Amino acid sequence: MENEAGALSRVAGLFSARGYNIESLTVAPTEDPSLSRMTLVTRGTDEIIEQITKQLNKLIDVVKLMDMTEGPHIEREMMLVKVQAQGERRNELKRISDIFRGRIIDVTDETYTIELTGAGDKLDAFLQALDKGVIIEVVRSGVSGIARGDRSLVL
Amino acid sequence: MELTGAEIFVRSLKEEGVDYIFGYPGGAVLHIYDALYQQQDVQHILVRHEQAATHAADGYARSTGKPGVVIVTSGPGATNAVTGIATAFMDSIPLVVFTGQVPTHLIGNDAFQEADNIGITRPCVKHNFLVKDVTRLAETIKKAFYVATTGRPGPVVVDIPKDITAEKAEFRYPDKVSMRSYNPVHIGHAGQIKRAVKLMRGARRPILYTGGGVILGNASEPLTELARIMNFPVTNTLMGLGAYPATDPLFVGMLGMHGTYEANMAMHHCDVLVAVGARFDDRVTGHIEKFCPNAKIIHIDIDPASISKNVKVDVPIVGCVGNVLRVMLDEIKSNDVRSDAAALKDWWQQIDEWRSKDCLKYDRDSDTIKPQFVLETLYRLTKGEAFVTSDVGQHQMWAAQFYKFDKPRRWINSGGLGTMGFGLPAAMGVQFAHPDATVACVTGEGSIQMCIQELSTCTQYSLPIKIINLNNGYLGMVRQWQEFFYQKRYAMSYMESLPDFVKLAESYGHVGMQITRTGDVEGALIEMLKLKDRLVFMDFLTDREENVYPMIPAGGGQNEMILV
Repeated sequence: MENEAGALSRVAGLFSARGYNIESLTVAPTEDPSLSRMTLVTRGTDEIIEQITKQLNKLIDVVKLMDMTEGPHIEREMMLVKVQAQGERRNELKRISDIFRGRIIDVTDETYTIELTGAGDKLDAFLQALDKGVIIEVVRSGVSGIARGDRSLVL
Repeated sequence: MELTGAEIFVRSLKEEGVDYIFGYPGGAVLHIYDALYQQQDVQHILVRHEQAATHAADGYARSTGKPGVVIVTSGPGATNAVTGIATAFMDSIPLVVFTGQVPTHLIGNDAFQEADNIGITRPCVKHNFLVKDVTRLAETIKKAFYVATTGRPGPVVVDIPKDITAEKAEFRYPDKVSMRSYNPVHIGHAGQIKRAVKLMRGARRPILYTGGGVILGNASEPLTELARIMNFPVTNTLMGLGAYPATDPLFVGMLGMHGTYEANMAMHHCDVLVAVGARFDDRVTGHIEKFCPNAKIIHIDIDPASISKNVKVDVPIVGCVGNVLRVMLDEIKSNDVRSDAAALKDWWQQIDEWRSKDCLKYDRDSDTIKPQFVLETLYRLTKGEAFVTSDVGQHQMWAAQFYKFDKPRRWINSGGLGTMGFGLPAAMGVQFAHPDATVACVTGEGSIQMCIQELSTCTQYSLPIKIINLNNGYLGMVRQWQEFFYQKRYAMSYMESLPDFVKLAESYGHVGMQITRTGDVEGALIEMLKLKDRLVFMDFLTDREENVYPMIPAGGGQNEMILV
């Protein structure tokens, strides 16, 4: 979509005005600074998805749109988790983080901050693997998506 | 030579061929008003409330096909305009609305008369622009007109901060617009058109269901030719009235909640439905599960999002309805396609049987004025040639039922949003565009009071509008629903202190008449039409509890009508 002020609120406004639900939304400028790329996750019947697609295409700021789920595609989400890491817990947390291919990116005497990338269910699984009590803070990025193979969303 | 933003604004309007701009001045647009003052190409029309500016521009647009243009100041000027913008949006009317904005450095500062015009109008515009750089003002105005008038038309807002109108830039008006993210479709898919023709050829009980898109797309001619070649019945939506001549024998009347029995029954029983520039609105379909149960549906529309939105269609065709219908006609003519004459003979026999119910009958012997009689007489006396605007409610439905529009762009009403207060200001826009035409505003004592201040504008510009006020002392449509569905508990549908409309009209310098008996209706209307250069306010005291029939109650199917 056009990298213009207000483009994002047009998309968000369309979803709230028409009663659709945004599960997650990720947006950032692309290598062409006049364009932004947005990955938006929503849910609905085929008819609703068709209507959402058409309504989004009608927005003047939307340049090109692709339903990732129409073909094989990759979804990635990034998560930062701050956990209580004291005493013998520190080793245990390091081990779990390694199993999930997480990286500890900040350390204090009492905490670790772990970075984890993957599909949403992997991130969910990681959170479940942690003791509830140790989690101080979780921040997730929302999904970024790209099609597998030759299929691509470019101008 | 460098011009100020305000001068660029005026020059851009001239480039766009704008003859009228409807508006109201205020602090943020003073530079622009100063520039307007110093030229003669664009005439500014001063309304009495910004809502009326948008409705007047809207009436101008609907009656001409050209975009309506509005200017209002920041803050309350813009918020007052919102109802008119939303009205145009729902009916896909091309408007370009310029809103003043506080100077750039004060935006977001809760400055005096500041409102987030872009944010407030976003859900009811086709697109909006905030101009942040005077060098881009001309280009933005060009884009605004382009977006408003192409594809599925609609209102576009251009928000201009005050400092931009004072800053200077070289004026160069672009010849063309290109927007990578906006490329409206024109031509329909050839294969789909062939499929549609095939379906139509085999149809045994076909009907053409045509809407406002035919008028917006100037497609009345090919539609009429198609209907006649195929001998198919035609029904129009409220927005489509005039798209097909109402006095033609193939016309079965308006459809929907207050449509004719024959139109709704033909819809319910059809086997092939050809929808042209119509959007399957809930007031048309009735209960969606019961809609056209046996029909294959062809849908021609310029907006892909309108197709299969409410009703799944079998043959979608995206494109300008005029283009698509012409290609369809070529296909029919070059292959000598004929419709099924024997089947159509039976179908027409069935339709004529439904017609014989005479679903629009009313008591013609009543001494109390029947609103239907007023409109029938207006139709007869104006020979169907008047431009008729309306407000919203019972009078709107009666006008739609009893004034037979043979030409497009003669029937001007707020269909989608249903905006009371629309009729009088819209009539002003129509009268400016057609100074010699008879322009009648059909209204009620509820609706007219929502923009009655415009009687003053009509005085200032000597607009000879004929106001047909069907005064029953009730908010009639609300009262009708309360009678049918709330055991006659008439909650707040009655106003106790109506003004003396005759004196009110006179106080503005107009002519007022009050008519209380059926026997006086025709004579009064004749007198009204003789007063060619005066606004005449006709206050008809009508039957207080007359209802609009037929009616499909909410949740009903098209075959489940309440008849008189």
